[in-house]
Amino acid sequence: MIRTLLSGDTPRSLPLALILGVILISLALAPFLFPGVRTVDTAARICVFIVLVASYDLLLGYGGIVSFAHTMFFGIGAYGVALASTHMGRGFDSIAVGALAGAGLAAALALVIGLFSLRVRAIFFAMITLAVASAVAVLVSQLSSLTGGEDGLTFKTPRELGPAFKFGKEAFDGVLFGVKLNGKLLAYYFIFFGALVLFLGLLRVVNSPFGRVLQAIRENDFRAEAIGYRVVYYRVAATCLSAAVAALAGSLYAVWLRYVGPDTSLSMEIMIDILLMVVIGGMGTMYGAVIGATLFVLAQNYLQNLMGAASELTSGLPLVPELLNADRWLLWLGVLFILSVYFFPTGIVGRLRNNG
Amino acid sequence: MTAAPEHAPKMAEASLRDRIAPHMPVLLVPLIAIAGFIAIQNPSSWLTLTVSGLAMGMMIFIMASGLTLVFGLMDVINFGHGAFVSVGAFVGISVLMLLGHMTEAPSLMLNLGAILLAVIGAMLATGLMGWAFEKVIVEPVYGHHLKQILVTMGGLIVVEQLIIVLWGPEEIYILRPEALKGAITFAGAAIEKYRLVAVGVGLVVFLAMRWVLRRTKIGLIVRAGVENGEMVQALGYRLRLVFVGVFIAGSALAGLGGVMWGLYQEVITAHMGNHAMILIFIVVIIGGLGSVEGCFIGALLVGLLQNYIAFLEPKAALISNIALMVAILMWRPMGMIPVVKAK
Repeated sequence: MIRTLLSGDTPRSLPLALILGVILISLALAPFLFPGVRTVDTAARICVFIVLVASYDLLLGYGGIVSFAHTMFFGIGAYGVALASTHMGRGFDSIAVGALAGAGLAAALALVIGLFSLRVRAIFFAMITLAVASAVAVLVSQLSSLTGGEDGLTFKTPRELGPAFKFGKEAFDGVLFGVKLNGKLLAYYFIFFGALVLFLGLLRVVNSPFGRVLQAIRENDFRAEAIGYRVVYYRVAATCLSAAVAALAGSLYAVWLRYVGPDTSLSMEIMIDILLMVVIGGMGTMYGAVIGATLFVLAQNYLQNLMGAASELTSGLPLVPELLNADRWLLWLGVLFILSVYFFPTGIVGRLRNNG
Repeated sequence: MTAAPEHAPKMAEASLRDRIAPHMPVLLVPLIAIAGFIAIQNPSSWLTLTVSGLAMGMMIFIMASGLTLVFGLMDVINFGHGAFVSVGAFVGISVLMLLGHMTEAPSLMLNLGAILLAVIGAMLATGLMGWAFEKVIVEPVYGHHLKQILVTMGGLIVVEQLIIVLWGPEEIYILRPEALKGAITFAGAAIEKYRLVAVGVGLVVFLAMRWVLRRTKIGLIVRAGVENGEMVQALGYRLRLVFVGVFIAGSALAGLGGVMWGLYQEVITAHMGNHAMILIFIVVIIGGLGSVEGCFIGALLVGLLQNYIAFLEPKAALISNIALMVAILMWRPMGMIPVVKAK
C-alpha cells in the first residue's frame, strides 16, 4: 500500500525514513501539535514550498535544466486564484477555475519558452527564463489596475475556509484537543492534502518511464537522442509539467494567505530560496524537496532571530556584527549553497542514502 | 553501364539576397534607426533618443563583452557576471566621492581625470576579484553547465550581500562631475553630455577589442580557442592561462561598465548588477554566444529599440527586449553571429 503510494520509490535509508515520517506526522497534525497562528502558518508555508520545490526538482534534478522562471509560474497560479476570486465572487468554483486557468497558462507559457530555447541548447533556457521572469515581474507591478501593482490583491476565499466559520458544535462542542474547530483549520487541511496529492503525483511522474528518460537525458543527452528519444520533446514536456504544478502550488499559497503580491509570489528572492532548498535537500530525489523546504522555512523563521542575537553579542567587534546581522542571512546561505554544490551535490538525502 | 552524367558547371552570380545575408546583422542597426525615424517623425526627439539608445547600447556592450568571450573560450557560463558590475560601480563611485574636489571643479580635464582614476580603481578591483572568482568558484566546475549556473549564482548572492555589508543597504545617489552635467543642443535636439562620453568610451573599447582580437597574437589564440579549443591546446598553447586572462579582462570590463552605468543612472544599489544581467543575457543571446561583434550589434539594437519604444509606447518598453529576442531567435536560432559550434 505504502509502496504503491510512493510509486515504489521508498526512502531506502532508515534515518531518512524516520526524518520523513517525523515531517509528515508533524505537518499532518500541525494545528494540534503546535497550536498558534505563527506555527500553523509556518506549517502551511512548508507544505506549499514542498510542492513548489519538488516541481522545481523535476526540472533541475531530473531534467538537468536550470530555470529562473519558477516563481513566475508560482505567481501565475497565485494570481489566477486571486483574480478569479475577485471577479467571480468567493467560492470553491472560482478557486478551481483560477487554479486551472493559472496552471494552463503556466504550462502554455512554459511550452513557448521551452520551444524557443531548449530547441537550440539547454543553457539558453536559464538565461531566457531569467529575462522573461523579470519582465513579467515588472509587468505585474506596472499593470496595477488588474493586479493591484506593488500592493497586491486581497480577496475572499469561501466562507468555509475562513476563521469565522465554526463547525462541530454538537459533537465536540466546537473544540477538539484544545483546538478551535474553525475554517482556518479546514483551510490548513485543504493546503495539506492538496500538497500531499501533488507531491505523490510528482513522485509518480519521476518514477514512471517518462522520469527515467528524463534522467537518461540529464546524464547524457547525446546518447539519449541516439537511443531514439526526442530529447527536446521530453525536456519541453518536463518544463510544462513542472510549470503547471508550480502554478497549482501558487494557487494553494494564495488560498492560504488570501492575498497575492509581487513579494509573496513573484520576487527573485523566492527563486533563490527555491534553488537553495533543492540543492540543500538533494537534487534528483523528490524527498530532498521535503527536507530542503522544511529546513529552510524553519531556518527562515527562527534562525534569523538567532543571528540577530549573535550580532548583538558581538557588537563590540568591527565588521562582525554586520556580517551576523539578521538581514545578512542570505550571505551565509549563499556560502552554504556554493559549498553544498561542491561537496554535497546530492544534498542531505543523497548523504543519508549512501550511508544507510 | 550508364555513362557518367555530363559535367556541366554553372556559374551563377549569387542572388542579392544571398549576398546581403551575411551582412544582415550589421544592417539591422541602421534599419532600426530608420524605422525609429519614420515612427517618431520628429527629427530632434529622434536624435536625442538615438544618442541615448547608442549610449545605453555601448554600456551594455562593455558589460556583456567579457561574458560572451568567457563562454566562447571555455564554455563557462557565468551567472555571477553581474556581481562585477555592482562591485565596479561601488568601487568606482567611492573613488569619485573621495575625489570630490576634482569632480566639483568646473574643469573638464579635472573631471575626466577623476573619472579615469575611478575607472582604473574599479577595473583593478573587479579584475582582481575576477581572478579570485575564477580560482575559487569557477575552476572546480569546468565542463559542468548545471553546476556552473548554480555555483556562479551562489557567488552572485554572496558578493551582493558583501557589498551590503561593506557599503550599507541603502542605495547611493551620485552626482555626475560638473562638466558632464547638463546637455548640449545640436540641431534642435538636447543631447546629454554624459551620453556622448559613453558612446565615445564604448566605441573605443569596441575598436580596441577588435584590434586585439584581430591583429595580435594573443587575439589569434583567443579566436582559435573559441573556434576549436582542443586543437589550440594540441598546438602547445596553454589555453587555461589564456582563459584566466580573458576572465580577468572580462571582469575588469564589467567593472568599467558598472562605473559608467552607475553614473548614467545616477544611483547605485547592490542589486544593480543583477538587473543589468537581464539585459546582458538578452544581448549575448541575440548576438550569438562567443561573438564580440554580435554582442556589439545586439547591444546597440537593444539600446535603440528600448529608447524608441519607451518614447512611443511606454508600457510596451518592458517587453520590447523580450520581443526582440524572440524575433531574432526565430530568424537565427543560434543568435545573429553564432561563433561557438554546438559543444
